[in-house]
Amino acid sequence: MSWLKQVGWRHLVGVLMLVFALAPIVFVVSAAFNPLGTLSSSEIVPTGASAANFTRLFADTEFGHWFLNSIVIAGLSSAASVFISALAAYAFSRRRFRGRRVGLLSVLLIQMFPQFLAIVAIFLIFSTVTDYWPALGFNTWWGLILLYLGGALGVNTWLMKGFFDTVPRELDESATMDGASHPQVFFRILLPLVAPILAVTALLAFIGTINEFLIANVFLTDAGAKTLPVGLVGMVAGERNANFGMFCAGTLLTAIPTVLVFQLLQRYITDGLTAGAVKG
Amino acid sequence: MTATKLGGPEVQARPAVEEKPDKKGTMIKIPLLGITTAIAIWAAFPLVDNEAWIGLAVLIATTAGLLYLYLTPRHIPLKYLAPGTILLILFQVFPVLYTASTAFTNFGDGHRGSKQEAVTAIQTASVTQVPGSQQYALTVATTGDPATGPLVFLITDPVTRQVEAGDADGLKQIEAAVNSAGRVTAADGFTVLTVGQASVRSAEITALAVPTAGGAIRSSGLSRAYEGRAGRAYDEGCDCIRDTTTGRTWTADETVGAFVDGNGERLAQGWKVGVGFSNFTRVLSEPAIAGPFLRTLVWNLAFAIASTGGTFVLGLLLAMALHSPRVRGRTAYRVLLVLPYAMPSFAMLLVWRDMFNTDFGLINNLLGLDVDWFGGSASARLAVILVQLWLGYPYMFLVATGALQAIPRELAEASRIDGASAWGGFRRITLPLLMVALTPLLISSFAFNFNNFNAIYLTTEGAPFPADNPANGATDLLITYTYRIAFGGGGAQYGFAAAISIFIFLIVAVVSAASFRRTRHLEEVHA
Repeated sequence: MSWLKQVGWRHLVGVLMLVFALAPIVFVVSAAFNPLGTLSSSEIVPTGASAANFTRLFADTEFGHWFLNSIVIAGLSSAASVFISALAAYAFSRRRFRGRRVGLLSVLLIQMFPQFLAIVAIFLIFSTVTDYWPALGFNTWWGLILLYLGGALGVNTWLMKGFFDTVPRELDESATMDGASHPQVFFRILLPLVAPILAVTALLAFIGTINEFLIANVFLTDAGAKTLPVGLVGMVAGERNANFGMFCAGTLLTAIPTVLVFQLLQRYITDGLTAGAVKG
Repeated sequence: MTATKLGGPEVQARPAVEEKPDKKGTMIKIPLLGITTAIAIWAAFPLVDNEAWIGLAVLIATTAGLLYLYLTPRHIPLKYLAPGTILLILFQVFPVLYTASTAFTNFGDGHRGSKQEAVTAIQTASVTQVPGSQQYALTVATTGDPATGPLVFLITDPVTRQVEAGDADGLKQIEAAVNSAGRVTAADGFTVLTVGQASVRSAEITALAVPTAGGAIRSSGLSRAYEGRAGRAYDEGCDCIRDTTTGRTWTADETVGAFVDGNGERLAQGWKVGVGFSNFTRVLSEPAIAGPFLRTLVWNLAFAIASTGGTFVLGLLLAMALHSPRVRGRTAYRVLLVLPYAMPSFAMLLVWRDMFNTDFGLINNLLGLDVDWFGGSASARLAVILVQLWLGYPYMFLVATGALQAIPRELAEASRIDGASAWGGFRRITLPLLMVALTPLLISSFAFNFNNFNAIYLTTEGAPFPADNPANGATDLLITYTYRIAFGGGGAQYGFAAAISIFIFLIVAVVSAASFRRTRHLEEVHA
């Protein structure tokens, strides 16, 4: 009885949640290996095992290109945005200057404007950019990465600032006394200490970018330039039933980079969440 | 420009420390500044070529500002803020301000360009061939690539054999070599299209009308053109459009940006004018719009609160359940439970949409039901919130697990020794400590869910729609409603959509700013 009260309910909650969490994923897996590859023939229990959907995905679509585009764009832009965000978080946390509070608040508020409406403006801006500097225009990696970096200062800056605040000031003050310059304090002392939160924000930024659909959909129109969301959504837009198996196969493959990044950063992440949360 | 945003020179609380030259830092700094300058020079050439002097001035000022900023020992905070701020201004602030400014105009379908463009469009659209129309020999040419370049009509006057080049902007005389039939064989600056190339683009050729004083020149086949008379003409005297056959007139109305006749009927082609606050008052005063707006706002708030609150409660419950060394297989539980977070959300939204399908959806199949989930308001709303729970709880679970582990176990044990029940200890000790850490995340999650476009657009697309209003459905969030107004099939009303988006922005900003004010003391704890 006591076991049930103290441990049993924990397993009950865990198992119930597992069913809820895994049912859709199992469905996607069975659909991906379903030899018929249609939505109407897909069930939660695998109806067969065939790699036909995967081979069709690579043969009939430019999935390889989409995958590469997504990895490069999400990888580079999340790395750069974490760095830019960390720079700003340092200034907001460690420096006192006029406009600090206003700056912090406006960084947060500007992100709350429904950005998709700005798409028309972004489209007009990048039409000119494509004319002047084709290397940064539509259907290029660099243009889209720059565009995503516009959002580098945002919620992540707040998260990082909070984490910087928890690192005792005495650390960098004593380093300054010893003659370290401010870049040295930032790069040598603070960055290593805040590595956990860098990992967390990098993961959040990576997941956010690799899932971004609206802007990428306007920005990337060439079949070979698309990212995974643009390509996959386009694939089921017309032929929803027939392409469902291919779509699920693509979904599973899309999850791989996220899982890898998660594994790569996991060492820091539990730390980051733990330490970042309550300290101070 | 960044300096003005952040409010002038910085004041440091602590005494400024004399900067010592840092040799290694300089060795990195100088090449970086060199690369910046090189990129700026590369970027300058197209601006000079296109005579974009304002752009060039901004580029030079920004580059000079950056060089100064990183070479002077002063303005230390700005050195750290500049990269992010410049990108923020270019790609967020500028587009947002541009969008906001259109909220005060009637920009949209039929109101895109200037009045002059509207007049030209009305006149050329009404051109017809009449008996006695002037005929020309036509040669189709282009100034660019034969397959994609802009089309130009080279027309030869049959009597004088003078050649003129015409496009949508009008005619201008050129020198060209013509053959006996009057068709151009070669002209400087133009590429003459072969019959094959021209026939591929025949739809574009038929559509092209070259405006002239009395009407427009249009093609008739690929080798002949005629100057047709405009059925409708602009009369400067009365500032109106007059139909030359029926005599009807439409007078320009500068307040609505359209030509309107005596009965209030408008011509389709209008122009862009400022309309002041009328887009904003329209949201609040027009019953057909204010009703759905308020209903959508209430549901939108409910959706954001239910998604944020629901995922938080679920994530926290799960974190609490697994936060005990006596639970075996905790690691396995955790790995499996965060799996939904690793799946791409855009794809899983589409999969969920198909799982709710009435005829062959997984949910009806498994439960033996025959429910049209997206057909009724209540079930559709329940469905989208359920999907959000699935997508969102792993994040809350991860964060809550982290926060729980950071709370010293002794605290909870101490409260139990003092006689508090497990629930009392949780409510008085654990929960307040958790909230300190998690409130900022909850606020940003609320702001995200309030504008969670994908959650609706990729699942119900706003359905079910009431019979009398196909523009606003039961699961529509303000943002999907706005998207339909801005880009939807019923004609784009971009200015109006921008006005609604400003309302959305104000609502989210006020809610978030108010919550942040309440948590302000938290920051003081940290700082």
